[in-house]
Amino acid sequence: MEFDALLLSRIQFAFVVAFHILFPAFTIGLAAFLAVCEGLWLKTGHDVFKRLYLHWVKIFALAFAMGVVSGVVMSYQFGTNWSVFADKTGSVMGPLLGYEVLTAFFLEATFLGVMLFGWNRVGRTLHFVATCAVAIGTSLSAFWILAANSWMQTPAGFALDPETGTFYATDWIAVIFNPSFPSRYVHMMLAAFITTAAVILAAGAWQMLRGRSSQPTRWQTRMAVGTLAVLMPLQIWAGHWSGDVAHEHQPAKIAVLEGWCESKDIQGTVLLAWPADNECGHDVIEIPNTSPILFANAHGELKGMDAFAEDQRPPFWIVFWSFRFMVGAGLILLGLAFWGVWKWWRGTIDTPGLFHWLAVPSGSLGFIAVLTGWITAEVGRQPWTVYGHLTTAESVAPVSTGQVATSLLVFMVVYAIVFTAGAVYMARIATRGFEDDGAGPPADSRRAPGSPLGSVDEPAQVPGDIVAAE
Amino acid sequence: MDLPLIWAVLIAVAVMMYVVLDGMDLGVGMLSAFAEDDEERNMMSATIEPVWDGNETWLILGGGGLFAAFPLAYAVIMPAVYLPVLVMLAALIFRGVAFEFRHKAVRPPTRRFWNGAFYGGSLVAAFSQGLILGAFITGFETDGRNFAGGAFDWLSPFSLLTGVSVTIGYILLGACWLVLKTEGELQTKAKRFGLMALIAVSICFALVSLATLSIDPRVTERWGLSMTQFDFAKILPLSPVPLAGLVLTFWLARDLLRIGTPESGPEWRPYLLAIGIFLSGYVGLAISLFPWLVPFEFNLWQAAARDNALGLMLVGAAIMLPLILLYTAYVYSLFWGKVKPGDGYHA
Repeated sequence: MEFDALLLSRIQFAFVVAFHILFPAFTIGLAAFLAVCEGLWLKTGHDVFKRLYLHWVKIFALAFAMGVVSGVVMSYQFGTNWSVFADKTGSVMGPLLGYEVLTAFFLEATFLGVMLFGWNRVGRTLHFVATCAVAIGTSLSAFWILAANSWMQTPAGFALDPETGTFYATDWIAVIFNPSFPSRYVHMMLAAFITTAAVILAAGAWQMLRGRSSQPTRWQTRMAVGTLAVLMPLQIWAGHWSGDVAHEHQPAKIAVLEGWCESKDIQGTVLLAWPADNECGHDVIEIPNTSPILFANAHGELKGMDAFAEDQRPPFWIVFWSFRFMVGAGLILLGLAFWGVWKWWRGTIDTPGLFHWLAVPSGSLGFIAVLTGWITAEVGRQPWTVYGHLTTAESVAPVSTGQVATSLLVFMVVYAIVFTAGAVYMARIATRGFEDDGAGPPADSRRAPGSPLGSVDEPAQVPGDIVAAE
Repeated sequence: MDLPLIWAVLIAVAVMMYVVLDGMDLGVGMLSAFAEDDEERNMMSATIEPVWDGNETWLILGGGGLFAAFPLAYAVIMPAVYLPVLVMLAALIFRGVAFEFRHKAVRPPTRRFWNGAFYGGSLVAAFSQGLILGAFITGFETDGRNFAGGAFDWLSPFSLLTGVSVTIGYILLGACWLVLKTEGELQTKAKRFGLMALIAVSICFALVSLATLSIDPRVTERWGLSMTQFDFAKILPLSPVPLAGLVLTFWLARDLLRIGTPESGPEWRPYLLAIGIFLSGYVGLAISLFPWLVPFEFNLWQAAARDNALGLMLVGAAIMLPLILLYTAYVYSLFWGKVKPGDGYHA
C-alpha cells in the first residue's frame, strides 16, 4: 500500500467525515428532544420540561457549533481533494447539496440564534417555533445529504455526457428517491434519535449513581429508555430493509459484509471470522442456512466473494468487522432498553445499580454504531465513488502527496484539540445534574414581560444561563 | 433564460453577503484582541453571537453553490488554493468553537487559549480569504479540465496584498458594526479603529485596483485604459463605480469622526457605508473579470452545470433565498440595539 495522494485523501475524507457525522447524528436527535421538551412544557406547564430544555440546550449549542465548523470543512473537501468527482458529478450532486444549504442550513443556523439568545426577546410560542425550525432544519439537512450519498451508492435517473464524461440528470425524482435512499434515510434518522437517547440515558444514569438525581434526571431517564425501547426494534427492521436493498444493488458489499466466500443458493450467517488477508478461507463461526429467512426476498444464487475479482469488491476486513460492531452496539442498546423498561415497570429504575453502571458507557454505543455503520456503507461502496460508474481512483484531485499529508496532519491536530475540549465541556454539563442549575447569574431586571421567564422566579431561567459559564 | 449568468449573479451575491456579514464578525473577532478585559471582550462577541452562525452559512452557499452551479470552476479552483483553503478552514474551526468554549473554560490559561483562538482564528481566516481572492484574480494554470499548477501558485506579492486588504477591510466592517452595537468607551475605541482601518483600506483598495489593471491586458482594455491613452467611451460609463467608492470613503470618514459628538449621524450609517465601499470594490472586480470564472481559462458558460441542474436549483433559490433574507433580517432586527454589559447571553 502506497501512501500517495489518493490514499491520503481517502484517509482524510474518512477522518473529517467521521468526526463530522458524530455531531449531526447527535444534534438531529437532540433538536427533536428539545422540541418535544419545550412543546410538553408549553402544553402541560410542567416545570420539569423547561428545566430539561434549559439543561440540554447548553449541550446542544456546543454540539451544534462543532457540527457547523466540521461541516464547513466537508463542503470544501469535494473540491480540494476530489475535484474530478466534483467536475463529473456536479450536475447531479450539486443541486442536492445546494438544496441542503438553501432549505436546511440557513434555517437551522439562523433560528439557532433565536433558540439560544431569544429566550427573553420573543414570546413562548415564537421561541418554540424557533426550536422546531432548528429541529426541522437538521432533519432536512439529513434528507438531502442522504439523497446525495445514496445516489452515489445506487445511482439512478442520470446519463453520461459523451463529450466531457460528466453525469447529468434525466429524472430528478429518480435521482433523489434512488433505490437505497428511503431505507438509508430511515436508518440514519433512527440512528440519530437512538444515539441521542443513549447519551441522555447515560447522563441520567450517571447522575443517579453520583447521587445527583432530581426530578428532571428521573424524567430524562424514562424518556430515553422509552425512546430506545420503541426505536431499537424499528432500527433493526430498518437495517434489515437497508441490507435487502444493498443486496439487490450492491451484491459485492453484501458478500463482503456477510463474509460469504462462495456463491451458493443458501448461505449461512457468519458470526465471527478471523481473516488472514483479503481472501477467503478464514476460520469462521457460522450459523448455517439462515439466508432463506434473512434474505427472504432474494431469489436464486446468493453471490459470495468468489463472484467478484479482488479489485472489484470492497476490502474484506474493514467492512466485515465494522458491520459486526454496528450490529453488536445495536443489540446491546436493545437489551439495555428492554431491561430499562422492565425496571421502570418494576419501579426500580431510580435505584442505582448494575443497569446504571452499564448505561453510562453505553452512551457511546450510538456513536459507535453510527461510525461503524457509515464505515460499512462507504467502505462497502469501494472501489467506486459513483457505484459502477466512477472509481475512487479516478475521482481524486491533482494535488500533491505533500499537500494532502500536510492537510491530514493539520486536521488531525486541530480536531484532536477542538473535539477533546468540546467533549470535556459537554460531559461536564451533562454529568453535573440539575440541582446546581440555580448557580447562574442573578435575575435580570430587563427580562421582557410576557417572555417565558416572566412568570417564573427560578434564577436558572435567566437567559444568561442558557449556555452559562460555570 | 441564460441560467449560467443568473447563477453567476446569485453566487456573486452570496459571496458578497458572506463578505459583509461574516467579514463583519471576523472583523469584530480580530478587534477583540484589543479588548482590555474579559468583560469588554464579552461585549464585543455578544454583538455577533446570535448571528455569526447564519453569517457563516453564506460561505457554505458560496462553496456549495460554486460546486452545484459551476462544478468545473470549483474543480479547478479548489485544488489550486488547497493550502490557503486548509488554513482558512482550520482557522474557522478554532474561532467557531471559541464562541462557545471561551465561556466554558474554567482555568485562566485555557480561557486565554480560546480567547486567542477567537481573534487569531478570525485574523488567519480573513487573511487566507484574501489570499484566495488574490489567487483567483491572477488565474490558474490548467490542463484540460484540471488544475495543472504547483502547490504554491497562489502565493504572489499580489495575493499577499489582497490578503492584507481583505483583513483590514474586515476590520473596518467590524469596527463600524461595533460603533452601531456599542456605546461609551467601547464605541469610542471602535470609532478610532474604524478610522485607522479606513485610511489603510483606502490605500489597499487603491493598490489592489491598480494592480488588478496590470494583471491582464484584457482587464486594462475593459476599463478603456492602455499605455498611451484613455478610451473615454469605455471608462466614462464605468467611472461611477470607483467614484462611488471614493465618495463613500470620505462620507464614512466624516461620519466616523462625528460619532460621539452632537452632530453625529445615525449610528447604523458607518456600517452601511463600509458595506458600500466593499460593494464598489466588488463591482469593480466583477467588471474587470466578467465573464471569467476561472480567470482567462474558463468563462462562466463553459464552467456551468447542465441547464436542468441550474433550473432545478433556481426554483429552490427563487423560493428559499427571499425567505432566507426575510428571516435573517428578522433575526437581525430581533437583536437590534446596543449591547450592554452583562447583556451577553453567556453573561
